[in-house]
Amino acid sequence: MSAQNTPQNKFLKFLTQNAVVIIFVIITAVAIPPSGLSLPYILQEVITRLGRNSFLVLALLLPIYAGMGLNFGMTLGAMAGQIGLIFAVNFGIANWQGLLFALLVGLPISVLLGYICGLVMNKAKGREMVTGYILAFFINGIYQFFVLYMLGSVIPIRNPAIVLSRGYGIRNTLNLESVRQSLDNIFMLRIGGFAIPVVTFLIIALLCVFIVWFKKTKLGQDMRAVGQDMGVAEASGIPVEKTRIVAILISTVLACAGQIIFLQNMGNLATYNAHDQTGFFAVAAILVGGASVTRASIANVFIGVILLHAMFIVSPLAGQKLFGSAMIGEYFRQFIGYGVIALSLVLYAYRTRKAAAEARLSLRGGPAGANGASNGSGSGTNGGAK
Amino acid sequence: MANGSPLLSVRHVSKDFYGNTVLHDVSFDLHEGEILGLVGENGAGKTTLMRILFGMPVIAETGGFGGQIIIDGQEAHFSSPFDALDAGIGMVHQEFSLIPGFTTTENIVLNRESMRPSLLNDVFGDRMSILQRDLMRQRAVTAIGKLGVELDPDMLVSEMPVGHKQFTEIAREIDREHTRILVLDEPTAVLTESEAQVLLATLKRLASEGIAIIFISHRLQEVLDIADRIVVLRDGHVVKDTKNEGVSLRDVASWMVGRSLGDAGAREASRALSEIAFKVRNLWVDMPGETVRDVSFEVHKGEIFGIGGLAGQGKLGIPNGIMGLFPAGGEVELHGRQVPLNAPAKALAMGMAFVSEDRRGVGLLLDESLEWNIAFTAMQVHGQYLKKIAGGLFTQRDEKAMEELCQEYIELLDIKCTGTKQKAKELSGGNQQKVCLAKAFAMKPDLLFVSEPTRGIDVGAKKLVLDTLHRYNREYGTTIVMVSSELEELRSICDRIAIVDEGRIAGILPPTADISEFGLLMSGARAEEAVNA
Amino acid sequence: MRDLKTFIQDFGWPRIIIFLFLVFLFIMAPFVGVRLDASISDVLNRFGQYAILVLAMVPMIQSGCGLNFGLALGIVAGLLGATLSLQFELRGFLGFFGAIALASPFAVLFGWLYGKLLNKVKGEEMTIAMYIGFSFIMFMCIMWLILPYNNPTMIWGYAGKGLRTTITVEGYWLKILNNFLAIKIGQFFVFPTGLILFVGLCAFLMWVFLRSRTGTAMTAVGSNPDFARASGVDVDHMRTISVIISTFLGAVGIIVYQQSFGFIQLYTAPGPMVFPAVAAILIGGASINKASMVNVIVGTFLFQGLLTMTPSVINSVLQTDMSEVIRIIVSNGMILYALTRKIKVSK
Repeated sequence: MSAQNTPQNKFLKFLTQNAVVIIFVIITAVAIPPSGLSLPYILQEVITRLGRNSFLVLALLLPIYAGMGLNFGMTLGAMAGQIGLIFAVNFGIANWQGLLFALLVGLPISVLLGYICGLVMNKAKGREMVTGYILAFFINGIYQFFVLYMLGSVIPIRNPAIVLSRGYGIRNTLNLESVRQSLDNIFMLRIGGFAIPVVTFLIIALLCVFIVWFKKTKLGQDMRAVGQDMGVAEASGIPVEKTRIVAILISTVLACAGQIIFLQNMGNLATYNAHDQTGFFAVAAILVGGASVTRASIANVFIGVILLHAMFIVSPLAGQKLFGSAMIGEYFRQFIGYGVIALSLVLYAYRTRKAAAEARLSLRGGPAGANGASNGSGSGTNGGAK
Repeated sequence: MANGSPLLSVRHVSKDFYGNTVLHDVSFDLHEGEILGLVGENGAGKTTLMRILFGMPVIAETGGFGGQIIIDGQEAHFSSPFDALDAGIGMVHQEFSLIPGFTTTENIVLNRESMRPSLLNDVFGDRMSILQRDLMRQRAVTAIGKLGVELDPDMLVSEMPVGHKQFTEIAREIDREHTRILVLDEPTAVLTESEAQVLLATLKRLASEGIAIIFISHRLQEVLDIADRIVVLRDGHVVKDTKNEGVSLRDVASWMVGRSLGDAGAREASRALSEIAFKVRNLWVDMPGETVRDVSFEVHKGEIFGIGGLAGQGKLGIPNGIMGLFPAGGEVELHGRQVPLNAPAKALAMGMAFVSEDRRGVGLLLDESLEWNIAFTAMQVHGQYLKKIAGGLFTQRDEKAMEELCQEYIELLDIKCTGTKQKAKELSGGNQQKVCLAKAFAMKPDLLFVSEPTRGIDVGAKKLVLDTLHRYNREYGTTIVMVSSELEELRSICDRIAIVDEGRIAGILPPTADISEFGLLMSGARAEEAVNA
Repeated sequence: MRDLKTFIQDFGWPRIIIFLFLVFLFIMAPFVGVRLDASISDVLNRFGQYAILVLAMVPMIQSGCGLNFGLALGIVAGLLGATLSLQFELRGFLGFFGAIALASPFAVLFGWLYGKLLNKVKGEEMTIAMYIGFSFIMFMCIMWLILPYNNPTMIWGYAGKGLRTTITVEGYWLKILNNFLAIKIGQFFVFPTGLILFVGLCAFLMWVFLRSRTGTAMTAVGSNPDFARASGVDVDHMRTISVIISTFLGAVGIIVYQQSFGFIQLYTAPGPMVFPAVAAILIGGASINKASMVNVIVGTFLFQGLLTMTPSVINSVLQTDMSEVIRIIVSNGMILYALTRKIKVSK
């Protein structure tokens, strides 16, 4: 038992637990000089992206809390938000009122989709992540069908400017000029050469407060119990299936709002593609911030967004400088993005198996006749390790 | 102590599972503040009785039960464990039901947390209430106080020693306001000596405060130490219901193990076997639920060696460990050659075969045909039932040979099936067991381990299986090590019987030894103590 | 009647719907002016093109490793083989088999590494496989740009640096299999004999393998790993072998695809090739841990049939191209269905 806590082992443990964050800090730091970008420029970009992406990444917290892993199905919420925006532009509602309208339209859709996602995930316990991933693709097909064929034909669209030339279906790119930056601009603080969208950050802060408060509620405690051991939770009377669905549902609704915030900052909507990478970017960010499949905090969210996007900002130019090709920088950045998710998942799976094996080690008897079962972090009759 | 009308009355309770009667006319009373020690072998009916008491759904799903459970003079009908909890019955199971990442406090009040409503309750329901952690902690401290133990309310369960986890579970039941009856199923199984003593003292304390306790344990000495009354179950009947006065360890052991109806019958004269074929020294096996700590024994060539003991004491771990299915250590020798552990392929190649107690999980490929099941091990280990193509470059299954092999065993063992191509999952339990035996026999083993060979199969098939083992032993000289929880079965064909208790060999007896000797060994008394008891 | 019900339950409604839909399309075809012989020829062609990629799914399913979302590794090995074959100016059958031979060491290496990794992370395989696949594809994107190929048909002309996104195999081994002993009937129908023969050969070899000692052991591992282990089978070893074979078939599969399709597609092209293979074998009736040759053939045929017929028939009727949307819904829906089905392995 004491062998596990030597300084070398502790250091090694620290490394594996924070491997991803460390790698990222190193890569980004190394890439800043050759990129030729000034620190103030990078800082401003990071501030903008914090405002743009944080809400989406925060949406991932509750499913992790409830033991359902990384919610790749958040894309469903993003699609709901996009439909909301399409209608806002359709009815010509501008400024922050347009955003509010989009939210109102997207809300019921995201609740429905979130509920479906929760139901499907309950049928695939133990495989939630890959199921969420595939479900996102599947619903994407339905979204495409809806937006490409239903809107403008079965569901009338008033604004001819957003319809394809053939008469039905929405254009590939939707100009969001009417609502562009409307949330950011409500109060844009310009200080020391930087522009900070105060209201956006305020809303993000409100979400953080909500999440902290939520963890103190009974529902939050139930989610935590379900996330750690579904069997024990069930035996104590906690409605496991329902709790899991609620976690996904809230996540989907938050993703809907998050996507609206994201798009108002971008200024235009790639109708058929905008949501493709939503799940990937959010998951990559939270993993880069040090979260794992079963553990994530608000700090992970912000650290992750800052690090991930800082790296994304500097790598194309660094790649250009170092390898003479912007393409290489671009590919490199995607390689790191996917690679970090793969690495996190592998490390997590590896660590979990190792911990289970270590727990069982403490139970082994031996000729010394030690009552092996009396100590250690596992119980002989717990049956959980298998 | 006990007086007045009973808190709990079990009246003429009976239960059968699909025609197989497990409990007959069980009746006893339990008074406030009384500790009742419930004793019995595996299969005696203790677990089923507790399941009925606790309202487990499996009882209703299999046809309910006969008789009545009366609490405070009112007949109780439980449709789920939650009903039992509401009626004041708390149960502490052998498998801890704790959330590892929660603190002691959080586990004690799990799903019964103290809370106050919040603003969102009206819109989103009760679960939006805020937890009141200070009140929760107070409750935990109170419950822990009642136990009289040192337990840190803020420690994470995952970091606790096992004994503390046990106490946390009990504290949880105490925290429930209505708990008046506490049922503990083998609570000292995972505790050290000192922790067990603390637990027993705690139980006495709780009893003195009026809580009635049903204490199930195979450690008869513990039962004698704290029980006010002792109830002994055997084969589903209550064979003894007595006050704990002037009762000795040997008495209880005899009642528990009893005398079988038809005695061993025509037994062959004991054989003189001399050559040692198989040696085991200081074996330990890490098998969840059947831990082996330190086991040593020797088996003669051509012997049928029995290993018995109560469930969870480690007897099943012995063959599983030797055959490499679970991590193991120690020294094992077959005919003087060292047997490598943790290597199933090597154990099999050396001429040992194993019929596992886990028929469906380990013993069979349920989705494949009988041909596959019987020939597989011989194919993989000895390269049999394969056709060599292109001068041995690669192989193809010899389906014809597999079919012939299968047919041979179908006739030999009278396996009831529609043909060699039938899928294993479609056969009855008894016939599946025969398939597992056939697979082992097809290996033509030197030493055969059989674990629970007749578990879950009907009487006729039981006899056939035992006869087959006996025949193989006498005709081919196969040395057999048989692990079983049915003492009578072991006594009927084994030359010697070892009893395993708490992961160690408690003693080795001849099959003709007095039945109470076996009982004493099973219940934790060492061989020397048994003599003096 | 009960047999019919069990059959439907086992077979699954989605598969029945797809089958009936395909039959419907074939019936409709002549009525909307789509030539039946051209359609069948198309379907056969696409069947042959994809079949081996679908076959690549079988070993890992049989050994219990699940759906091979990491097929991208095998495809990249195949791309390396194909590009090297062109680099060395290998033509005709020499070029085709040369590509396979050149791809083999890469395929075996990638498969071996991937297999070892999967053994360490048992349980979370599918998601990890996807992301390893993606990161590897991105890594190769960088490689395609800097590896020292210099065959002028393969590299960017004016800039001169790195391989093109799409490279034609015309002049090397275009349709080398398809045209082998091809049978032409009328103007619109060509039976790609060589291709179908090759696919048949590969399926036969796989069938033979599954009947060998190792193949039998592999199936047992997928069916009940505890049983296999108790019988002395090295479970991890079997899994690794299944991954290597799967990766190798992925390499062969993409080369077969390329000779039929006519182009080598590099960079991010391997990504979208994985899901159709997974969907096809599921449509063919495979489960997460059992797959047979019949599943491969039926699944590829149904899926490719659907993808071929839908555009031509529906487009003629509705004057619009719904094929992409239908492809997304069908392939992902099928995978989703398989993931949410209770595993029917009896316990």
